[in-house]
Amino acid sequence: MNSALLVNILRFIMLLTIQIVIFNNMNFLGYISPFPYILYIILYPVNGNKAGLIFSSFLLGLTMDMFCNSGGIHATACVILAYYRPYIFKFSFGLSYEYQTIKLNDSLTPERFSFILVSVVIHHIVLFILEAFEFRFIGDILLRTLFSSIFTIITSIIIIYLIKPNKR
Amino acid sequence: MQQIFNFIIRNSNRLLFLLLLGISLALTIQSHSYHRSKVISSANFLSGGVYEKINRVNEYLNLKTENDELVLENARLKSLLFNKEDTTKLPPPDTIKGVKPADIIVSKVIHNSYNTHENFITLNSGANEGIKPDMGVINSLGIIGIIDNTSPRYSTVVSILNMRSHINAKLKKSNHFGSLTWDGKSTGFVQLEDVPRLASIRKGDTIVTGGQSVIFPEGINIGTVDKISTKANTSSYVINVKLFNDMTNLGHVYIIKSRDREELINLENKKKNE
Repeated sequence: MNSALLVNILRFIMLLTIQIVIFNNMNFLGYISPFPYILYIILYPVNGNKAGLIFSSFLLGLTMDMFCNSGGIHATACVILAYYRPYIFKFSFGLSYEYQTIKLNDSLTPERFSFILVSVVIHHIVLFILEAFEFRFIGDILLRTLFSSIFTIITSIIIIYLIKPNKR
Repeated sequence: MQQIFNFIIRNSNRLLFLLLLGISLALTIQSHSYHRSKVISSANFLSGGVYEKINRVNEYLNLKTENDELVLENARLKSLLFNKEDTTKLPPPDTIKGVKPADIIVSKVIHNSYNTHENFITLNSGANEGIKPDMGVINSLGIIGIIDNTSPRYSTVVSILNMRSHINAKLKKSNHFGSLTWDGKSTGFVQLEDVPRLASIRKGDTIVTGGQSVIFPEGINIGTVDKISTKANTSSYVINVKLFNDMTNLGHVYIIKSRDREELINLENKKKNE
């Protein structure tokens, strides 16, 4: 149990660091940048402490906001994703997900992909709505959500494959 | 009483979620109003320090362009110096063309965002160097933005690529002025609004800062007229201005510390109070 906590703390710091140092500076076509730091929320243990997840997601988002000068948009999006994560699990893996041992950082199955897809889209749409904050930009919001989601999913899957533990 | 405790324990996750959601939404809403004291900004010890480290690496990659720009500016300043009528006289304190008595603080951009609707720049000097909110920021090519927040060692700048920034600007050849805003679309263009239709404007005309604000001195370059359109039902133009600056590639900047600023603000406040 203790090692799981340590892994989570390490993941928190590592993902935040690579997000700030590398991915925040990637601007495809001027406005598309991936946000693979939400992998922390996606990869959090399924049966882990829920209050811990919500609170650490809030801290994760708040740190991102500090570096992006964006008020509280990342914090809001992260807290929403963290709270609705069990519902997304139910949606992707079926009702009895709690009794299965789901390991997300394993080979990619349709269920795992759909879980990542739904999580990323929810996070990004909240993020970009709050960033624009006006409904006359609705086209812009959807466009940014679409392209950024694609890039986030690609980078997330690459990162999952890179940090996959080679125990077996 | 027992039931209240049971309720809290049963719904602890939901209550935590609602509490944190409320805090983050409050921060978001607060950050969307222009006149604010920002709680979460990159002008602090942690993010400022990290950005400074990252910038130290990036700087090496841009040394060549930075040098080219400095050489160009040196050449311009030299030509000003050599073309003076009487070189024995001491130069007046306002050697930069068009600048009223003002101090210039040199600083460096350590983080620059340009991919959102509200963009901010972080500089590596702050209140210790005498920087205060609402000072103007320029570089050798034109204006950059206005200081938003300061900490002892860092400060953040509201970039002109920020939809909430409004800067007074005018045509260089006449005195028709308007308000400079950004529509959030392209990083190379800003919009000059509320220019009366009486003004004769041609493509390629230069736009400079107007003398009406206390933030920027009059006559600092902004850009050239790219496209002129009229707003429906009004008698004013909306001009698409092509910036002289490449806002995606900023190095050293100058912060203008106007000496007249406090005097002007006091004067205007007095007028309002009467």
